[in-house]
Amino acid sequence: MGYLRKKILFYLIAVWAALTLNFLIPRLAPGNPVDAILARQQQVAPVPPEARRSLELLLGVSDEPLWRQYIDYLQQIFTGDLGRTVTYFPTPVTQVIGDTLPWTLCLIGISTALSFLIGITLGAIAGWYRGSKLDILVPSTTMLAAIPYFWLALIFVFVFAFKLGWFPLAQGYDVYHTQPGWNWPFIQSAIYHGTLPAITIIVSSIAGWLLGMRNMMVSTLGEDYVLTAEAKGLPTRRVMISYAARNAVLPSVAGVAISLGFVVSGSIVTEAVFSYPGIGYTLLQAVQNADYPLMQGIFLIITLSVLGANFIVDVLYAFIDPRARVQS
Amino acid sequence: MDQHSTKTGAAGITGDTDTAVIAVGETAAADAPPARRRFARLRLGAYTRDRKFIAGISIVGFFALVALIGPAFVGDPLRQTGPIMDGPSGDHWLGTTNNGQDVLTQLVVGTRSSLLVGLIAGLVSVTLATLVGMIGGYAGGWVDELFNMFSNIFLVIPGLPLVIVLASYLQGSDINGLWVIGMVIALTSWAASARVLRAQTLSLRRRDYVDAARASGERTWRIMFVEILPNLSPILISQFIWAVLGAILAEAGLSFLGLGDLQSTTWGTMLFFAQNGEALRLGAWWWFAPPGVCIALLGAGLTLINLSVDEVINPRLRVYKQRKSRKGTR
Repeated sequence: MGYLRKKILFYLIAVWAALTLNFLIPRLAPGNPVDAILARQQQVAPVPPEARRSLELLLGVSDEPLWRQYIDYLQQIFTGDLGRTVTYFPTPVTQVIGDTLPWTLCLIGISTALSFLIGITLGAIAGWYRGSKLDILVPSTTMLAAIPYFWLALIFVFVFAFKLGWFPLAQGYDVYHTQPGWNWPFIQSAIYHGTLPAITIIVSSIAGWLLGMRNMMVSTLGEDYVLTAEAKGLPTRRVMISYAARNAVLPSVAGVAISLGFVVSGSIVTEAVFSYPGIGYTLLQAVQNADYPLMQGIFLIITLSVLGANFIVDVLYAFIDPRARVQS
Repeated sequence: MDQHSTKTGAAGITGDTDTAVIAVGETAAADAPPARRRFARLRLGAYTRDRKFIAGISIVGFFALVALIGPAFVGDPLRQTGPIMDGPSGDHWLGTTNNGQDVLTQLVVGTRSSLLVGLIAGLVSVTLATLVGMIGGYAGGWVDELFNMFSNIFLVIPGLPLVIVLASYLQGSDINGLWVIGMVIALTSWAASARVLRAQTLSLRRRDYVDAARASGERTWRIMFVEILPNLSPILISQFIWAVLGAILAEAGLSFLGLGDLQSTTWGTMLFFAQNGEALRLGAWWWFAPPGVCIALLGAGLTLINLSVDEVINPRLRVYKQRKSRKGTR
């Protein structure tokens, strides 16, 4: 199982790189955020000395040698301490992240899955009927792919929420009439509020899947085994799905890992437009409030989640495509 | 038709706008060994016959022209020239902002800044990618392992959160401006290209002409930059175009979030001020719609060029009449 071991090793190194990046950025950046943050926190509640220490480790203002800071920083991260937020002091960063992460996971998870499924289905069909009128899909989805997520979100808000009133303008649920939890009115409200952001993400990310799948499908249809299948007189459906599409989809599955980063990036901005209570919107608020601990924490969590998702995709891919296991 | 007339044909359509792209193509043609040169000619010919390429290059050429000479014809984008939040009229073709600034003027000036960021980031990103991908791919061994791992790690770390964090630290300091934004975007976006270029270098370094160059005692850097680099040019062009598009989108997103260079007028900062000026709720579509339309149009133009380049690199993507009839008889 050389493939799996190699992947595990790679992702361990990637996690270490992300942690180190998170350690280095505030230390290389100009300015001294710790004093500014402490001054603001002091106004709300007294700051215990260990909170100062934790902040120094995260943001890097200390007279200790760098390697010592680095070791202490890693220790602190592994105990799950990401410091305390400035905006909601003294709430720990981890708690704020825990409150907002589920929103984003649901939104991105559902919309990415739908976008992938719809995209590769349409792409397979467009590839099969290449040279027909369906080829118009290529330039038209190209146009879609070039539209920035957030601008599409703005237009959708303007048309569907503001002009037509079909969807709410912002927020993730009805803050006045529902109580978060496992109750029906809340879930209903969350779905209602999440639909427009989800549609935005689907519409702007679908083109990539569609184009990639169509091109792979066209390539695959040139293979000899497809010709053989046709010559044998197999039903068209069977040739299209079991012979061509099944092989053409492999690069798209492998591509999920890489495009996840783009989807996450797009969703951050989309959340900003909708004031959606997810992690992206919180990241922006942290940036606007110069809430460096929260900002660093969210950056770390986003990066680690994307790495985790990539790892799962890579492992799944080895099951789908045996060549991946053999080649490495 | 010799190579030069084909090229001037392509250059004529672009104007002197996409100099970077043309320049890359030029080195390729001049330095390629004779056997390759014939291929290169066929390829350039294929572009000029492709409708997608013509459409793409016209769109991109139009925007490049606006970016080059447009700002000379319009005034200061931040000056108040008319009534506040006024819809399109004879005086202000695209209406005015909440400060009475002319939207069309801002759009023209924004074209220049957005394209500038795209070009800076695109050039830096492709240069980084070439260095990492080509050197790693050619050197092989542990250098390759290391470089490849480096680019794979940068590939899986999501770009925008990293850019947001970097930009927010930089914003507190006096290091700011379009150049910095372009650099930050480039530093976080080179990895995918590096992988593509590495793969192609791996296949090129085993070719006979590279072996011949090695056997005749050419120095390593010369083999890399004179023998291999020119033959990476179709991929370099397509990667450069993707990088420019990605950078323009990233700058727009970053500026929209208020993390760009708010002193400059770009398509992204226009959207930022439109959002903050409640353009949406006041129904001022003439303010927030045009920048997005421009980004989408330019993006579509760049993508069309790239689709055409892709089809020339990978002929299988082209749809032949013959194949179509095979499907038709079924």
